[in-house]
Amino acid sequence: MNELIQESKVVSFVEHLPKTMLPFNNDLLSKASDVLKSIDFPTTRSEAWKYTRVGRIASISTGNQVAREGKNLSREDINSSYQVSKAGLTFVFENGVFRSDLSSGEFPVGATIKPLTGCDKEELSIVGKSLQLDNEVFHAMNTAHAVDGMYISINDKTVIDAPIQLIHLITGKNTISNLRNFIQIGKFAKAEIMQSYFALDAETSLTNVITEVNVAENAHLTINKLQYEAEGNYHIATEQVDQAKDSTFTINTMTLDGTLVRNNLNIEVNGVNCMTNLHGAYVLKSNQHVDNHTIVDHKQPHCESNELYKGVMDEKSTGVFNGKVFVRKDAQKINAFQSNGNVLLSDDATVDSKPELEIYADDVKCSHGSTTGQLDEEAVFYLRARGISEKSARHLMVAAFIGDVLSKIENDEFRDFTHTLLQERFGWEF
Amino acid sequence: MITIKNLHASIDGKEILKGLNLEVKAGEVHAIMGPNGAGKSTLASVLAGREEYEITEGSVDFDGQDLLELSTEDRAREGLFLAFQYPIEIPGVSNVNFLRTSLNEIRDYKGEEQISAKDFMALVREKSALVELDAKLASRSVNEGFSGGEKKRNEIFQMAMLNPKLSILDETDSGLDIDALRIVANGVNKLKTAENATIVITHYQRLLDYIVPDVVHVLYNGKIVKSGPKELALELEEKGYDWIKAEVDAQ
Repeated sequence: MNELIQESKVVSFVEHLPKTMLPFNNDLLSKASDVLKSIDFPTTRSEAWKYTRVGRIASISTGNQVAREGKNLSREDINSSYQVSKAGLTFVFENGVFRSDLSSGEFPVGATIKPLTGCDKEELSIVGKSLQLDNEVFHAMNTAHAVDGMYISINDKTVIDAPIQLIHLITGKNTISNLRNFIQIGKFAKAEIMQSYFALDAETSLTNVITEVNVAENAHLTINKLQYEAEGNYHIATEQVDQAKDSTFTINTMTLDGTLVRNNLNIEVNGVNCMTNLHGAYVLKSNQHVDNHTIVDHKQPHCESNELYKGVMDEKSTGVFNGKVFVRKDAQKINAFQSNGNVLLSDDATVDSKPELEIYADDVKCSHGSTTGQLDEEAVFYLRARGISEKSARHLMVAAFIGDVLSKIENDEFRDFTHTLLQERFGWEF
Repeated sequence: MITIKNLHASIDGKEILKGLNLEVKAGEVHAIMGPNGAGKSTLASVLAGREEYEITEGSVDFDGQDLLELSTEDRAREGLFLAFQYPIEIPGVSNVNFLRTSLNEIRDYKGEEQISAKDFMALVREKSALVELDAKLASRSVNEGFSGGEKKRNEIFQMAMLNPKLSILDETDSGLDIDALRIVANGVNKLKTAENATIVITHYQRLLDYIVPDVVHVLYNGKIVKSGPKELALELEEKGYDWIKAEVDAQ
């Protein structure tokens, strides 16, 4: 490399971050560290980041990454404000650090559930197996600087009834939380995992989270994800999913707050007869930005994938939907559906929507569609002509629009919680 | 009930209503007929409060209130109901949710208590029977996937639910087959009381066989040019509008 080249922003960004203490594979760590030395933050010239500027993240002053006292919170605080489901295990992390004092619930039988800091090298040997590090600054940073995260392994033929909840809190200023989760669902097993993200007096902080998921043969996994970090904070998330034959993977992503939120879903469908459901709703205002980047890679025949993302954008908020479906040469009889709809509530809100299909098989059923528009003013008038105020009329219609996605959520508590947050943030009655 | 005086309204600078006068009293049914482009639907739109129309002159007194000063929703809350010529489809908003919101906002406006879920559902059952509307339609999205007849029956169902003082039926008969027409007309007749009033805007005399008007008005070129008893409708059916146009144009 040219010695005269200006030191990249990445190097100065990560030099103050503590190196991971997790017993990851050495090759993985050295690879991550090499990547961090060789690349810079992506610019909008890179196709994958065309509509999302990470310059503001790059300029977070990371100089003061000192271990802080945890915020003074009690289990009751968690229970009353952040815990979606009262049943099941709840794990709480603050700035990526596990808070056992705030975590609660009974461990189910037939599963290993613990923070990564409690795992040995053998258990973590599988971490990073299918995650791309080359050219992926956030993946490399997460790997080299992971603080903690969850290790969830469900034994074969085990059904976990209550959802496993992971609550991530960010606190303080300029905090960088590199979180790493590893989820393994055994054959014929079933589980639901909730991940929720909140900010408590946090500003210009970054959450960089990677969740690696293996869904084994005939296993079922649902992830319900809620992003509610306050304005002024940044969030980059990657779900790297590997589906074996006959498995079902569903993820519902609710993005309701945050200054910049990027969700990468990389789903590799490596077995036949799989079902993949990706649903997302985003409701934003002011200068908020959300970018949902999804890849569903159908490598085997007889699978189905359903993708439904809907957004409501107010004020100067901006949204990106980039959904890509690959159907490989031998993956016949694939049904793949992709749909993105947006409502713009103001003249200044924008959405860039790019659904893509890349099909190499010849006997498949694939469709994609994208719509972006305003609320139907005729319908607003119709509702008003029945005595409904203009405000309620708009809310009714927005709720109906988003309701399409919310109705896909099977967990009532999670859906109700989402409603509550929408009510809290936007004053909407549903 | 409603007194319209010298009403002038225009859209995009084009004057459509040119000095319209009309008075409807409680307990009455008035029919407004007229050729295409006379301003019938404009009148309905203006009364309901469509903002695209500019009122340049005139007044509308609705039960002692200046109607033109009220917002669309307040007009509805005061008891004005427009049955739309083309009811709007609203995907995702259920008929029931919509009507409960509507009823409760009207009640709230009047300082009344919210309707209980039980009373509401009883009301839905009672009123949907009135227009033979399948109860299943009540839980579907507003007008979505409804047939033409179902949409019009849904309008009358809403009218029954909201129990307005003044109902304006804007070409409710257009596109209906004779069975649907009879059902819709029966619904309207059953809702008639000595305290409410109805304005039936129609192109065809046929509807007036079922909803018998006290007065028939002819709207032409933005004005009411002729008023008469129900027999006037038959005369119009028989002779068309040309004789009226000739009469007016001669003046």
